[in-house]
Amino acid sequence: MIPAVDIDLASLNLPTLAPMLITVVGALGILCIDLVTKNLHKSLYVMITILVLIVDLGAVIGFNSATRGFFDLIMMDGIAILSQIIIIVASILFIILALSQHKFHEYRYPEYFALFLFMIAGFQFMVASDNLILIFIGLETASMALYTMIAMHNRDKSTEAAIKYFTMGALAAGFFAFGSMVFYAVTGSIELGQISANLVASNFDNYLLILVGVVFILGGIGFKLSIVPFHTWAPDVYEGSSSALAGYMSIVPKIAGFVVALRFFEIFVSANNQWIELVLYIVVVLTMTLPNMVGLVQKDVKRMLAYSSISHAGFVMAAILVGTTQATQSLFLYWILFTFTNLGAFAMLWVNRSKDKGKFQTDHQFEKFAGLVHISPITASIMALFMLSLAGVPPFSLFWGKMYLIGSVVNGGYIVLAIIMALNSAIAAYYYLKLIVYMFLKEPITDEKIEFMGNANNPLKTVIGISALVTITSILYIDPLLEMISNYVQMSGF
Amino acid sequence: MEHILSILIFFPALAAAVGFMVDKNAIRTYGITVTVIEFLLSCILWSGFDNSVAGMQFTEFIPVISQYGISYNLGIDGIALFLVIMSTFMTMIAIIGLTEERNLKNLIITVLFLEMTLVGVFVSLDAIMFYIFWELSLVPMLYIVGAWGGPKRIYASVKFFLYTFTGSLVMLVGMLYLAYVYFQATGNWSFSLLDWNMLMLPFDMQMWLFVAFFLGFAIKVPMVPFHTWLPYAHGQAPTIGSVMLAAVLLKMGTYGFVRFSLPLFPDASVYMMIPMGILGVIAIIYTAMVAYAQEDIKQVIAYSSVSHMGVIILGIFAINVEGIGGSIFLMISHGVVAGALFMLVGVIYDRRHTKMMSEFGGLASSMPIYATVFGIMMMASVGLPLTIGFVGEFLSLLGYFAVSPVITGLAGLTIIIGALYMLVLYKRTFFGPITNPINKTLEDLKGRELSALIPLVMIVVYLGVYPKPVLDPVNTSVKQLVQIMYLKSVTPEAKATIASVNTIGEVK
Repeated sequence: MIPAVDIDLASLNLPTLAPMLITVVGALGILCIDLVTKNLHKSLYVMITILVLIVDLGAVIGFNSATRGFFDLIMMDGIAILSQIIIIVASILFIILALSQHKFHEYRYPEYFALFLFMIAGFQFMVASDNLILIFIGLETASMALYTMIAMHNRDKSTEAAIKYFTMGALAAGFFAFGSMVFYAVTGSIELGQISANLVASNFDNYLLILVGVVFILGGIGFKLSIVPFHTWAPDVYEGSSSALAGYMSIVPKIAGFVVALRFFEIFVSANNQWIELVLYIVVVLTMTLPNMVGLVQKDVKRMLAYSSISHAGFVMAAILVGTTQATQSLFLYWILFTFTNLGAFAMLWVNRSKDKGKFQTDHQFEKFAGLVHISPITASIMALFMLSLAGVPPFSLFWGKMYLIGSVVNGGYIVLAIIMALNSAIAAYYYLKLIVYMFLKEPITDEKIEFMGNANNPLKTVIGISALVTITSILYIDPLLEMISNYVQMSGF
Repeated sequence: MEHILSILIFFPALAAAVGFMVDKNAIRTYGITVTVIEFLLSCILWSGFDNSVAGMQFTEFIPVISQYGISYNLGIDGIALFLVIMSTFMTMIAIIGLTEERNLKNLIITVLFLEMTLVGVFVSLDAIMFYIFWELSLVPMLYIVGAWGGPKRIYASVKFFLYTFTGSLVMLVGMLYLAYVYFQATGNWSFSLLDWNMLMLPFDMQMWLFVAFFLGFAIKVPMVPFHTWLPYAHGQAPTIGSVMLAAVLLKMGTYGFVRFSLPLFPDASVYMMIPMGILGVIAIIYTAMVAYAQEDIKQVIAYSSVSHMGVIILGIFAINVEGIGGSIFLMISHGVVAGALFMLVGVIYDRRHTKMMSEFGGLASSMPIYATVFGIMMMASVGLPLTIGFVGEFLSLLGYFAVSPVITGLAGLTIIIGALYMLVLYKRTFFGPITNPINKTLEDLKGRELSALIPLVMIVVYLGVYPKPVLDPVNTSVKQLVQIMYLKSVTPEAKATIASVNTIGEVK
């Protein structure tokens, strides 16, 4: 409960707010620059954003033990720190992609970068709190910014995507608020720790009501995580937004969502609550399987990647279901490796984006990539590398994530789930392979309007290079990475 | 000699990476040089190999992911030694005999990468390392079949990839579970085979794990009913793809049975002796009959491969020294013979661009040397005494005779049906009058083809007459393997069975 008056400023422990404040101040700074001088080149804003994010990263890494602050609303525990690191690093890599060769509408507005920083602040609030209301506020801040960023891409489909995402997101927000309300009604608290204690103390009294609450919260988070059956918006929205932003959306909002889901479902998983585990189990299996099936028949690479990232989200949800320490570790390991691989894959689409679709129906139709190995062998090889990694072919990075994750599922006693995951990996391999088949085994379709790597320049190539390097050399750094993750995870006691 | 295994694995990969710099007109010579050096390296390995030691030699150990017990762990024993040598040898032969002209540079670099994964599979002692090489071998093979293959190459290559990928993912779950069991038993994480070999598992668990590993291996072998990818892959693959596939890739599956399934799950293996034998016999008879019905020469050899793999399975699941030793010998001999046969088909395909038997006839008069070499290889494939094919087939069947004379009798049909379809093939292709005038002027074996095939003929005859240099080291390791199985088996029935099937020949 929040005490009403008379608080010592020191007890607020304001430094816990520092990471979010840095991004917010940075965003306001960008807006101020825009007030003073107009029409500055986007590179200025990109660099300012990167600087702000690096300072932010420094502030986050500065925490090395679980601390609370700001009326106990902020909880900087291990997973909060770890997920913020992932969010910030992915954001830095993403914003470099804005330095693309072609000019795009959205980057002309400094507001885009301000919104970007506001969004990051929102995600940081989301992961660094166990208060349902602050989580809600973070979620909404981030989502509002994201809707606008999608719409700023200024194509027919972008507006459609933004509106779709907005309406769905609004519904999800409603779900989340309603779920929180139910829990407040049942337990008299909106802090997850308190809720957990009260629920266990009352031995899950009012079970039906709790189930209703869980379903609403699952719906709320589920929209953000695009888990089945709340996933239908994802492919359309990805298709409508720029490839770079789509890649970003498949990574950062989800890790924030996972952390919330982890904190929330931990209450029930650790109490071995059978019904809720069953619900989660079904959701996990469906989220893995259905998008995989749909992914098989996609004609556009971006849509295929959209479905694939839904399926990957399902994989990671399995870790939440298992709920052991090793599973939590594997969740973060998987997502860190996935971040680089998936961002790399979307960045490859981004650099191959041309102004004109040519004779193809969509920007990244499979046929467009036919015979790429004859035109640009290195582009084809790097793309293939990301596809193989996504498919989980060893020794590329995501294999280790997959192995460790399936390992933790096995160790948690869910053998059947592990086999379902293995089979799903095999199904998914087909659509990743499809792109490789097009690139390597088919003859090129000539269309003078299509130029490959047309949108590429050195900054973009650097991002792709980093992603590729991380993907290839994973075997060398998995051990220290795991150690770091387990440090942070143990710090927060999951 | 300290790091010879690492050198053996990574030399071809390094050569492949550097190979991008080589000009495409010189790439063939580059490829031959690299594979010859690799083969010589494996010969150095052989010369340093101590035949009297049954356990692992040349071991290397570097922890990779210490928290989860994954390490870079290599070693070689008599079972793996000749498979490694056979891999390097057949790669060398395949590249020497290569007649492909399209995109030669990419092809040779891909084959070199493939060679790395093959050697890696046979010398890895860590399950995850094994799995990495096992899976990685799919990628170059996908590219070889898919890019240089026949009209339906994409379907064939994707089918090959997905089949094997699915099976091995289930196997991966099995491996992870086994590591977990090891963790529960000892408190340490380990994926090392040598550590796992010390585990005594209850029978039920053994059965489940056996099934998980079985899926991975059986699809690769391929065993009936998982064999349907193979004729497609062979039918569509270019010559070098078929050679590598038949000679080495299929052996990965049977090697997996010997290396993993037998010592790790002795009771389950004993329990599965008869079922596996039946699957083996079905493969032998059914695919031999299918082979008889084929019109395409390459398909005949492809199906005969499945048939021979059935004999190998039979030998492995005889669980005695003769059977297992014989099946390992048969792996090597089948590698040589099937590789040679696919190269021979490639020769004629290069000349006529068809592989249909009906297009030929009377080739013996226009291509006498070709006919002779084909004849020798055919005899070896059928299992004629004094050829390499006889030794392994005989020993495998002898081994299984101790388990079930009936099944062995049925399996013995392989020699008859095998002779039937191979001789019919030979008759229709080589004997009789030349019906098609184009065949009159066909060029006989020449230069490159000859230099690739002559060493194979020599090996076929030499090892057929005197198999001891190979059989001795193999048997030393196999004896130890059988002993481990005997000691590790938990059920008295399994112990008794192992003891009883091991009474022919030397007493254990």
